[in-house]
Amino acid sequence: MCVTCGCSDDANVTVTNPQTGEHTHVLADGTVISHSHHHEHHHNHSVATENAQLHAKMHGRTVTLEQNILAKNDLLAAQNRGWFKGRNILALNLVSSPGSGKTTLLARTIQDLKDKVAINVIEGDQATTNDADRIKATGCNVIQINTGAGCHLDAQMVEQGLQQLNPPLNSIVMIENVGNLVCPALFDLGESAKVAILSVTEGEDKPIKYPYMFRASQVMIINKIDLLPYVQFNVDRCIEYAHQVNPHLKIFQVSATTGTGLEAWYQWLGIRRVR
Amino acid sequence: MHELGITRNIVAIATEHANGYPVKRVTLEIGKLTAILPDSIRFCFDVCSQGTLLEGAKLEIIEIPGLAHCRQCQTEVSLEMPYGICHACGSSDLEIFQGEELKIKELEVEELCV
Repeated sequence: MCVTCGCSDDANVTVTNPQTGEHTHVLADGTVISHSHHHEHHHNHSVATENAQLHAKMHGRTVTLEQNILAKNDLLAAQNRGWFKGRNILALNLVSSPGSGKTTLLARTIQDLKDKVAINVIEGDQATTNDADRIKATGCNVIQINTGAGCHLDAQMVEQGLQQLNPPLNSIVMIENVGNLVCPALFDLGESAKVAILSVTEGEDKPIKYPYMFRASQVMIINKIDLLPYVQFNVDRCIEYAHQVNPHLKIFQVSATTGTGLEAWYQWLGIRRVR
Repeated sequence: MHELGITRNIVAIATEHANGYPVKRVTLEIGKLTAILPDSIRFCFDVCSQGTLLEGAKLEIIEIPGLAHCRQCQTEVSLEMPYGICHACGSSDLEIFQGEELKIKELEVEELCV
């Protein structure tokens, strides 16, 4: 018997939907339970075979786990967070769609703050070391993580990256996640903040299209504002959408190419770093 | 397709707790405000469980409805997405307290009585 809803799964019970074997229950509090029962295993009770006798001695024991599926990642992320804290390192997780200008913004930031603070970078991409090469050209230390089939970085990858990167005390570590606005929202890396980057060549409604990511972020950077005269992108509406999803989101409008608006972003980095 | 990675975690955690016995049933709790599709988990589960103690196990998914408190007026608001507007005061400053669950609630393992 199913301990959750009380339905029985004995061999003689008929299945609600013979195509999928799936059925749904709605409990009094609105909770929906949908599940399928497998009935491929038929018992032949008329002939008591050895197997059937053995099977009769089998019984189901329920093990209560209540375990968070991402517990392992969350634990490693907490360890990373402690590692950063002990070294007074500001770690930021940069997330965006592919092509928003993350790497350009990063290269520019490193270049402009070169004399003030050491910035080291962990680059996440499915393949190639192209981004790491671009960052390396600025003179900073960089580790490339290729996730292969994976669509996001996880805390373990970052932990391994950090061991090789060995960033100095009182510095900044920028983690450039795989270009993807869905999956990275779920995986804590141990960062101080997630920074979502959105460019004006994308849709202004991205914050409500990908609410999980914009809700999980503390900062949103609207990049490529130098292109505003050439594109249909309503900045005010974008900010409105973003605050609808996350009223506490800190928003910067910049152009990583021309340098417009970067000063405010650098100030924020400075304030976060001394904290 | 992060559901594949999530499902691998589910299979790994369940296998660890099954102590070598075949698993008959796995019950998950998935909040409606997580970016996880139960149907994708189901699809991945059949693939990921092959050749493990979980092969053929029944997968039960309990979907938990999204609920938040309005930070302005404390009204309880039910949510379908991880954001929304308080129906009482119109604020979008909501604190989600239910619907972000992502856990294995329990397993049923098949043991031999002696």
